[in-house]
Amino acid sequence: MTAHPERILLAHGGGGQLMSRLIQERILPRFRNDTLSELADAARLALPSGDICFTTDSYVVKPLFFRGGDIGKLAVCGTVNDLAVSGSKPLALSLSLIIEEGFEFAVLDQILQSTADAARHNDVRIVTGDTKTVERGSADGIFINTAGIGVRLPGVDLGLSEVQVGDQVLLSGTIGDHGMTILSQREGIRFESQLESDCAGLAELTCSLFANVAGIRFMRDPTRGGLAATLNEVAEGSRLSVEIDERQIPVRPEVQAAADMLGFDVLNTANEGKFVAVVAPDTADECLRLCRDHALGRDAALIGAIVETRDAPLVELRTKIGGRRIVQMPYGRELPRIC
Amino acid sequence: MLDRITHAQHTLDEACTKLGRPITIMEVCGTHTVSIFRSGVRSLLPERVKLLSGPGCPVCVTDQGYIDAVMQLADREDCLIATYGDMIRVPGSNGSLETRASHGNVKVVLSSEDALQLARENPGRNVVFIAVGFETTAPASAVVVKEAAAEGVENFFVLSGHKLVLPAMRALLSGMNDRIDAFLCPGHVSVIIGSGAFAEIVEDYHRPCVVAGFEPVQIIEALAEISRQLAAGTPQLKSLYGAVVTEKGNVAAQSIMAECFEPVDGYWRGLVKIAKSTLALRRQYRQFDAFRRFGLADEPGRNTSGCRCGEVLCGLIEPIQCPLFATRCTPQTPVGPCMVSSEGTCSAWFKYGRRK
Repeated sequence: MTAHPERILLAHGGGGQLMSRLIQERILPRFRNDTLSELADAARLALPSGDICFTTDSYVVKPLFFRGGDIGKLAVCGTVNDLAVSGSKPLALSLSLIIEEGFEFAVLDQILQSTADAARHNDVRIVTGDTKTVERGSADGIFINTAGIGVRLPGVDLGLSEVQVGDQVLLSGTIGDHGMTILSQREGIRFESQLESDCAGLAELTCSLFANVAGIRFMRDPTRGGLAATLNEVAEGSRLSVEIDERQIPVRPEVQAAADMLGFDVLNTANEGKFVAVVAPDTADECLRLCRDHALGRDAALIGAIVETRDAPLVELRTKIGGRRIVQMPYGRELPRIC
Repeated sequence: MLDRITHAQHTLDEACTKLGRPITIMEVCGTHTVSIFRSGVRSLLPERVKLLSGPGCPVCVTDQGYIDAVMQLADREDCLIATYGDMIRVPGSNGSLETRASHGNVKVVLSSEDALQLARENPGRNVVFIAVGFETTAPASAVVVKEAAAEGVENFFVLSGHKLVLPAMRALLSGMNDRIDAFLCPGHVSVIIGSGAFAEIVEDYHRPCVVAGFEPVQIIEALAEISRQLAAGTPQLKSLYGAVVTEKGNVAAQSIMAECFEPVDGYWRGLVKIAKSTLALRRQYRQFDAFRRFGLADEPGRNTSGCRCGEVLCGLIEPIQCPLFATRCTPQTPVGPCMVSSEGTCSAWFKYGRRK
């Protein structure tokens, strides 16, 4: 037998010996658990009783490695967060890899390791998975899909229909960190900075909030489209308006500087370790206090409130200088500006 | 900070009362436009103070004829187009660069240096740099032309659509829009040309010209200064952006720009032809001129029917008065350039103020 190839070959997805060795040697040891080790066609899970929350997301981030994370960590945290903000405790994930022919094993190992670390850190098991390889040029290195299952926490009932006038809007920390980090490291734009993605799993924090504070009506993680998109979804879904105060929105100075330089609005910029919650006025302070006790929520702030709608539901921002403007739903991709 | 705003508001109020008429101030810088919208400056001004967004966004002032020339190049297999990001979605008579992207020959660059580097890396293809922008980006284009000449790079070309801001301001005051009482002068352009460059506007047209940076508070203070001058009947040139703008500007940038480019008559979208307002490569650098190399005509383009970007740029109408605004023309499907660029007036209205 020759030594292990250094790179992924098409044959690694062919279902034969090479694939089997890839799974046995590189994947299983990192994610070992009883369910996965059976290598059955489907994972059998014994779940606590209650409603199941089920979600899926695909990860195609470029670059694969960025300050504060990589595609593997992102693939776990992103799906964990979708479950977490739905009011559930995440339990199990699937992991599907689509790998481009020629992808280096050393890089794959690094990604698998950080995927496994993130799963352990977030207390979820990877219980089933799939590996496909595609010809060179048919994918950009590696794409990952994860699906996740969680069990809804007892007594938690979230929904935009629950949102009422007077409710407070809580943001769990600074915005724009992930989006600006990715942009700063992208080919063609790359600039020196101390930016770092906020990529993190929020389930521990959210579960503790749901267990200890009543009155959380709605929660969402402001990923693509940023805070602006999430708040517009709140306005549209609740048919009520949202008023926020720019002075209360936490933004790191280096993130603001990068956004200003490239002409981006931090409100529209992606986050990967934050949530927005709409909370009843009488429990909002308690929720904020608990949030700030957790490492992932120490910059949390109450940034605004739900208000009556005049003509159409909208998101309005009171600016730092005391002006007012509307925050629109962002459209597609923003273009870096000329000067 | 709020004290300064209150003080400025008071000055503006007083001026309006004394004058007994509305005050109309035009900004000619896309970054001002965005800052004004983003920070809600308008909501803090007395109703009688009217702000117009003039021809300050480099993408917006670019004539359709120029875009059509770019499209012709994009359709050539031997050409690789290097462009600033804002340009790729500007619609020409027949599609935009984005629609040509499937050909794989359109590259978004962040600097003119990136464009020249593309030429070095692709010796078998003609790399054409879509050189647009005001005095802010023109020096950077000049630098790479000189570099390419020194290195003997033979596959690098510049399609110059660079514009000068002063001729446009003069054109506006010479009959296109006589309602303009004063100019809020651009921050970035002034860094290059110097605040002193606007003295001719004050002298020839008796309009206040105040240079400001992009902090909303400074913008409001500049508007207050303008209103004070108007009320006192003493138009002056003043710069509040002393931190980076000098009276003479960046002399090195001016000189390299003058060495490579000469002002020629040029077309502006909606503002027709303005004398000595566009930069063309000088004779000694003409081997880099993409118009000449590829036999392209610098002709005015047909305007898209119904699109009123030109009137928006002159401050004659507000975006909402254009029948296409927010109906056929949106940031997803822009019809005119003012909706494409993040600094375009229509885009700013759509994003920050449509429902007001």
